[in-house]
Formats: sequence, C-alpha cells, structure tokens
Amino acid sequence: MRRFARFWWDFVVGDDWVAAAGVAAALALTALLGAWWVLPLAVAAVLAATLARAVR
Amino acid sequence: MNDVLLLASAFLASAVEMVEALTIVLAAGLTRGWRSSLTGVGAATLALAVVVAALGPALTLVPIDALRLVVGGLLLVFGLQWLRKAILRAGGYKALHDEEAIFARELREAETAGRDERAGLDWYGFTLSFKGVFLEGLEVAFIVLTFGSTQQNIPLAAAGAALAVVLVAVVGVFARAPLSRVPENTMKFAVGVMLTTFGIFWGAEGAGASWPGGDAAILGVLAFVLLLSIAFIAVLRRRRVVPLPA
Repeated sequence: MRRFARFWWDFVVGDDWVAAAGVAAALALTALLGAWWVLPLAVAAVLAATLARAVR
Repeated sequence: MNDVLLLASAFLASAVEMVEALTIVLAAGLTRGWRSSLTGVGAATLALAVVVAALGPALTLVPIDALRLVVGGLLLVFGLQWLRKAILRAGGYKALHDEEAIFARELREAETAGRDERAGLDWYGFTLSFKGVFLEGLEVAFIVLTFGSTQQNIPLAAAGAALAVVLVAVVGVFARAPLSRVPENTMKFAVGVMLTTFGIFWGAEGAGASWPGGDAAILGVLAFVLLLSIAFIAVLRRRRVVPLPA
C-alpha cells in the first residue's frame, strides 16, 4: 500500500512539491477571481521558486 | 492550429518516453535473452491497453469544464516538472540525460543479477522490460488520453503517440543500441513547454476564466512559456559562470 501511494506521489508530485502546491493554489485563485492572467503569473513565480530551490 | 500542437505534443512526449523504454529493453534483451525481454514488452503493452480501454471511455463521460480543470492542473504539474529539469540541464546545473550511461548501468546490473526461471522465462529480464515499458508507457497513455479528451480528439493524440512508438521501435531494431544521438533535452524542453502551455490554457478555462481572443490565445501562452523558460536558462547560465566571491 505504501509503495502504491509512493508511486502515485512520485508520478504526480515529482521531485519538488512546491510546483504541485503552487499550481493548486493558482487554480483556486483563478476560480475565485475568474481571471485568465493568474495562471501565467503563477507559473512564472512557481518556476522561479522551484529553480531557486534546485540551485541553492 | 490546436490540432497541430496536439499532434506534436503527443508525438514528442511519446518519443521521449519510448527512447527511455527502448534503452531498458535493449539492456534486458542483450544480457538476459530476447525471449524474456520481448515477452515483458508484450505483457506491458497488454497492461497499458487495459488501462487505456478502461480510462478512455470514462474520461469522455466527465463534464468538459471539470475535465479541463483537473487535466489542466495535472498537465501544469507535469509540465513544470519537465521544464524544471530541462532548464536545469540547459543551464548546466544537471547532467544531460545520457542514454549511453543509463544503458551501461542497466547492462551491468542485468549481467550480475542472479538467474530465476519462471514459466520458462528469465524473470529478471521479463520484469525489467515489463517495468520499463509499462512505467514509461503509463505517462504516454496519460498524456494521450488527457490531451485527446480535453481537445475532444483522442484519435489524433493517439496517432501522434503511435507514430512515435513505431519510429522509435524501427530505429531501435536497426540500431540495436541506445538512441544516444537523439537531442533528448531539447525534446524534453519542448514537451515541458507544450504541457505547461496546455495546462495554463485548459486550467484557466476549467476554473471559469475566459481567454481574450478565444482559442487563439494558446499561441500567446505558448510564446510566454517559451520566452520565460529561455530567460530562466539565460539567468542560470550567467549565474554559473560568475565566479564565487573570495
């Protein structure tokens, strides 16, 4: 069971949980505001954050 | 235009995954025998067909907005993972994925593993091939099904994937060696850009937002993601050549 859960965690979340958490928050904000520009800005911020975590 | 992007995304993503699967199958076949290895490939293909047959029709029953929200979110997460790794490789912070090195490591491990015969098959060779094809294929199946169902054109996405599978298999049969000349990181970068683009576009639509310009906005999103990624690569490369302070 643990290996099964681990497989799905690795498959969906991958190396850095920040990306998955950022995407979930950005989708929620998009639904709240109904604004198309939230996701592009969120992607820029999430990518910057996850790259910074990788190279620090 | 969306159809061209759909076909290209399915083709590229499938080609990258199939190159990785081919490396594993070749290592298993050369060291443990082709019968066990190819039986593993066949069993994995059957298992994937069952997954696709079960999930494909189910996805078409989900309301399109809910589907776009979930699929957009998942594609964004996948796309950012691919993009992150490709940018780190291009920026010099991660080794370029080297199929020859992976092939050599798989060969070493397969040569030293003990022999365990089950149902007349070498179990190590069978499971190595099965896992390689099934796990790499699962991602392809997911991309094809989600892209196809969200764009309401599963056959076109499946055609892109099938083209890649056939192409890699044919080249693999002739080369009998890992496809190390494939510009793998460039392909992964392109797939990351496309997955992220579709993820942004469908995710926003699924969450209730409307794009200015309708479907044509996807080209703007594509340009945005591409330029953003190139900018990050440039920043990482510059950061890497700046000497550390004494």
